[in-house]
Amino acid sequence: MARRYDRNVTTFSPEGRLHQVEYAVEAINNAGTAVGLLATDGVVMAGEKQKVTKLLEPPKSSEKIYKLDDHVACVVAGLTADANILINEARVASQRYTYQYGEAIPVEQLVEKVCNHKQLYTQYGGQRPFGVKFLFAGYDDHFGYQLYLSDPSGNYSGWKATCMGQNANSGQSLLKNEYDETMDAAACVKLSLKVLNKTMESLSAESIDLFALKRKDDGSLVHTVYPHDVVTKLLDEVKAEQEAADAEKEKLAVSS
Amino acid sequence: METTIGLLGNGYAIVCADQNAARSIVCFKKDEDKIMKLDDFKLLGQSGVGADNVAFTEYVQKNVALYKINNGLSLSTKATNNFIRGDLATALRKGPYQTNLLLGGFDKGVGASLYYIDYMASSNKVNFGCHGYGSNFVLSILDREWTEGLDEAAGLDIINKCIAELQTRFLIHMPKFLIKIVDKDGIRVLEQNPPVLLQGQ
Repeated sequence: MARRYDRNVTTFSPEGRLHQVEYAVEAINNAGTAVGLLATDGVVMAGEKQKVTKLLEPPKSSEKIYKLDDHVACVVAGLTADANILINEARVASQRYTYQYGEAIPVEQLVEKVCNHKQLYTQYGGQRPFGVKFLFAGYDDHFGYQLYLSDPSGNYSGWKATCMGQNANSGQSLLKNEYDETMDAAACVKLSLKVLNKTMESLSAESIDLFALKRKDDGSLVHTVYPHDVVTKLLDEVKAEQEAADAEKEKLAVSS
Repeated sequence: METTIGLLGNGYAIVCADQNAARSIVCFKKDEDKIMKLDDFKLLGQSGVGADNVAFTEYVQKNVALYKINNGLSLSTKATNNFIRGDLATALRKGPYQTNLLLGGFDKGVGASLYYIDYMASSNKVNFGCHGYGSNFVLSILDREWTEGLDEAAGLDIINKCIAELQTRFLIHMPKFLIKIVDKDGIRVLEQNPPVLLQGQ
């Protein structure tokens, strides 16, 4: 009988839950990890790419990180096909706002637009919810740099640093210990790699996308997807630091 | 048959309008307020057909308020100008609003700004502007007198010169003008200083 409440997205179970929505959230917990951090001079995001065979043609652009407008970008965790629909929606909404008001859309308003669209599919019947979580990084004149996390349910929340996807909990606890509001973008980039190093089994430069959004002095915003060789170098540094720290810890443990 | 004048100074914008409400050869009243307060930091001066003025400016005012309720943020003057221009452009192909506007506003971090918008949905950021037949008298004064960084007294002085000229030479009698100023502290309504009549009239 429990199946009754699984079939239709819009039916509450006797415990008052929407199973399909919860399953959608669950699906994402197996997706590639993504992490986002607010820095003093930018927003940093990093994501794990799906492992694929070497026979596959590498994608021309990042498959995890998408530019939504000059001042907003997002990282995807979950079904990429579903995400593409929402990304298109967000891009159109952003341009529509600019057409109407002659200014860039405030970041939270754009996030809200996407989330309203997601929420519809948890209420109207016949279709499944979007199996996607997003991390949005953006800048506007009202609130400066911002980072938002959105759910398949249509909930969203603002963060200083957060993690989603596989092993998000262990990533989150690392962030809790090591993140500091006074960190600059360079430090945040390193911490993001450190988080991925913890959440992923074997971390290599090929398997991650690293991104930063920064504002230049003239007010323009720069989206940077770090090139492969830079990621490799940073990754080596992070791994070396981690090993040094581990060795230090071991030494302390032995001496005590 | 109406005159609205706008002027941008150092940290403030003035919007001024005559107070006649008239149609054809009849003047209905002489204490009409044609300068709508959109929110605490925006003024919209209007001239054109009475009903269109009221219908359109109220529509704008309510939309500015709705935006604030929906989003918790106020529209900037620039965004408001763009919104007005867009809606006038849409209306232009249906049944246009016969309304010409001067939008003055103050924004944190941006300062004061003034926009000139007409019923054909052209919109320009200006230092001074004037709508109506009165512009034949007023624009030359503004051209000569306006300089960068006018303080408030100097700005009001120019406005008073414009009013004096209108009341001296303009065929249509405009006995009263309303002057509103917007700056960092919000909006103020000023009594019209009795203009000094030109000599040799």
